[in-house]
Amino acid sequence: MLRVDGLSAWYGEAQALREVSMRVDEGEIVTLVGRNGAGKTTLLRCLMGLHGAYGRTAGTISLFDEDITGLAPHARARGGLGYVPDDRGIYATLSVEENLTLAPVRKAGGAAGPEPWSLERVYETFPHLKERRRSPGTTLSGGEQQMLVLARVLRTGARLLLCDEPTEGLSPLFVQRIGEILREVRAAGTTVLLVEQNVHFAATVADRHYLLAEGRIVESLDRDQVREREHQLLEYLGI
Amino acid sequence: MLQQAFNGLVGGSFYALLALGLAVIFGMLGVVNLAHGAFYMLGAFGAFIALDAFGLNFWVSLALVPLLLGVAGAVLERLFVRRLAPLDPLYNFLFTFGLALILQDLVRREYGVNSQPYPRPRELAGTVDLGLFTYPAYQVFVLAVSAVMCAVVWVVLTRTRVGVIVRAATERPELTRALGIDVGRWVTPVFGFGVALAAFAGVLAAPMRAVNPLMGADLIITVFAVVVIGGLGSVFGSVAAGFAIGLVSALGNLYVPALSQILVFILMAAVLLWRPAGLFGREEAFR
Repeated sequence: MLRVDGLSAWYGEAQALREVSMRVDEGEIVTLVGRNGAGKTTLLRCLMGLHGAYGRTAGTISLFDEDITGLAPHARARGGLGYVPDDRGIYATLSVEENLTLAPVRKAGGAAGPEPWSLERVYETFPHLKERRRSPGTTLSGGEQQMLVLARVLRTGARLLLCDEPTEGLSPLFVQRIGEILREVRAAGTTVLLVEQNVHFAATVADRHYLLAEGRIVESLDRDQVREREHQLLEYLGI
Repeated sequence: MLQQAFNGLVGGSFYALLALGLAVIFGMLGVVNLAHGAFYMLGAFGAFIALDAFGLNFWVSLALVPLLLGVAGAVLERLFVRRLAPLDPLYNFLFTFGLALILQDLVRREYGVNSQPYPRPRELAGTVDLGLFTYPAYQVFVLAVSAVMCAVVWVVLTRTRVGVIVRAATERPELTRALGIDVGRWVTPVFGFGVALAAFAGVLAAPMRAVNPLMGADLIITVFAVVVIGGLGSVFGSVAAGFAIGLVSALGNLYVPALSQILVFILMAAVLLWRPAGLFGREEAFR
């Protein structure tokens, strides 16, 4: 469903991505693994159309065989991309419920895709969000904030989630919970591209992995290969 | 003293209306609109011209002039401000500053530097007995209508879908785009609305202040101080600081007349030392 061909990106003169080519098929969970500064976040931002403010890009990105390289971020979101940024992106000036309902729900009909989560379903799955729905979004704990941003994109009915390190800084309990949610939404037809430093977590949820180093994809691994080489990868990542 | 305090609140109404428009524009576009004072001046001249040339009374002007200038503001945003926005903020700084000078001089060429007379609306010519003192009815009207206007903007921002989008786009414009909202489409009406608020304040000022080409330039410097004190981009802060500064400068006038001109700026410096993001500003704005 997602195809990236020869994608390069620069910050001023510094090149952050070098001819990255990759694909994500419908129904997969794919992770991007790599050290800090390898270009993982830049790649997600390019996919979302958010790199323009920082520097130029080259290459093409297509979603469902449609070239989206020139599209504005909001058009990409409407085309089915759901973005979970690396800093979570909770609005301090919006209440929990406003944070949840800010993003417009994708129109039903037309392209098939996962059923958008209703607000009721979100509150059923995350009762704590309901209790706190009138409080400012940033007053939630880190783990609850992460649940909130996941719920926010699920509510839109996004077909491909771009998640930038959703487990960063979370307790094992929340990490496990995120794994459960990702598997659950995959079963419902959502595709996920996950940036992850936690190789062990990546190995438990993902079907395939791309290893990114210095702006290049250096290896493409399937689930079994990652399990076999987990220790080597951990050493490589310096964790 | 009570009467002086009341004067302060009336003066503060103008600060609040102007600061409100500036704050909304700055919050959503990241643009410091240096032409804001010129739009206030054009509002007052608009009312004057409407009466002088077309015989339109104050009430018609109060509705019509902000509307027309708001549309002009929206066009300005579309044609110029939007194109300059991706560049260094200095470009819009210079553009709006230049625009203010051009507007001022165009008006000056036509009407000179002397103040133009503008009568109070007949309905508000008398005074109102406020119990402790009597007060001109028009000033009471200004205070009331400004407070209502600020309250309406507050309700729209906090209780409506439009308000949620404006707040989100103010806080994190890029992220808001990534969530599927066409922020650019909202920027034009918000800019137009900010300009309309300035024009509205200008029409309100016409019957009680000197209508001359420099009236905006004189006022806007204080308004910038108000916005900084309230916290850049903070709507609530701007309004609260607007009324507070009005009060402080009126009382300052009464008790320490020697300092009255600079009191606002002393206050600004003190607030910035204490809270660099302003009273209601958020530190994140400075990342």
